[in-house]
Amino acid sequence: MIKRDECLKSLVAKIADDEVVVAAYTTAFELDAIRPSPFNFISSGAMGLTSSHALGFALAWPDRRIILLDGDGSLLMNLGSLVTNANAAPKNLIHFVFENGTYEANGGHPIPGQDSVNFAGMADSAGYNNCHEISDIEGFENNIGSILQEEGPTFITLKCETGEEYPQDYRYMHSAKIRERFANAVKDF
Amino acid sequence: MPSQNMEVAAASDCLTGSLIIQAIKDSGVKTVLTVPDKTTADGLLRPISADAGLRQIRTCKEDETIGISAALSYSGQRSLILIQYTGLLYSMNAIRAVAVEYQSPICLMVGLLGKEPGVLPTESKRFGVRIIEPILDTMGIANHVIETDDDIEKIAPAINNAYETSSPVAMLIGRPPLAS
Repeated sequence: MIKRDECLKSLVAKIADDEVVVAAYTTAFELDAIRPSPFNFISSGAMGLTSSHALGFALAWPDRRIILLDGDGSLLMNLGSLVTNANAAPKNLIHFVFENGTYEANGGHPIPGQDSVNFAGMADSAGYNNCHEISDIEGFENNIGSILQEEGPTFITLKCETGEEYPQDYRYMHSAKIRERFANAVKDF
Repeated sequence: MPSQNMEVAAASDCLTGSLIIQAIKDSGVKTVLTVPDKTTADGLLRPISADAGLRQIRTCKEDETIGISAALSYSGQRSLILIQYTGLLYSMNAIRAVAVEYQSPICLMVGLLGKEPGVLPTESKRFGVRIIEPILDTMGIANHVIETDDDIEKIAPAINNAYETSSPVAMLIGRPPLAS
């Protein structure tokens, strides 16, 4: 099992400072603590839209790689987006799903299919170009470099558990300030 | 003279799909995000699908379109969401959050399936149609009924205003547009 924050630290070390990273809820808090960047887009307000926001960015900037950090509960709320995203087929979309088997932001209750759902299998069936499942940090370290170079859309399930605790400022997450920060960062793209 | 009056009456009872599409293009929209709706399937969606000047993104469920459209707007790209009123109702939480509370320029073109031509939406026999305008009003979303060709002139200004003020707008298609 991968500690999510360890994985995030490893991932952000391998991407450019001005790469757009789309994340939601608990992962977004951790991302913003580990990589405090205006190029982080925090997808909030309507759980599940993260994968749709990321598709919009991938279509908007086809020459820029878009990193999507989805949650398993979030993806289950927008499962059709797997088909929509695969059909739109953006080559620049890298879709990670941190699978911890719970609705972590809503009290940690289990997702349906906690022990049986196969997200990478569903992405493969939906038509993603490349699909992977990684369950330990060594596997992540050994493969992430080549995965990031693949022609997308690419999907990666990361079997994970919570690492260290990070501050969770929901008021800031929902504020206009955080969206203005992102809008200003990308205005010259 | 009587025949002239009849022609005028006939024209005002008509809603022409190609004129709507031209108005959409005139507003700078390049991308149309869709879930099919029987009201607009032949008069709008089919010609839009075949139009090389518009990029169509087919989505599985209507709330996806809200996230995609909002994200596109950060790049300055304008998009239109073409759905049915049932899909509008389905998407309400995404619209509430992303369009209204986060003040995004979300442009919705919504087919009022089953609305009787010439009847106000609020006076339709269909419950689902009757409640659309009151819901939009409650949410503070600007809305316009597009029922005849005379209404098409509302479209480009409505979309322009949505992007200039970063706010949502709903254009309610009151009858099946003609596929011409």
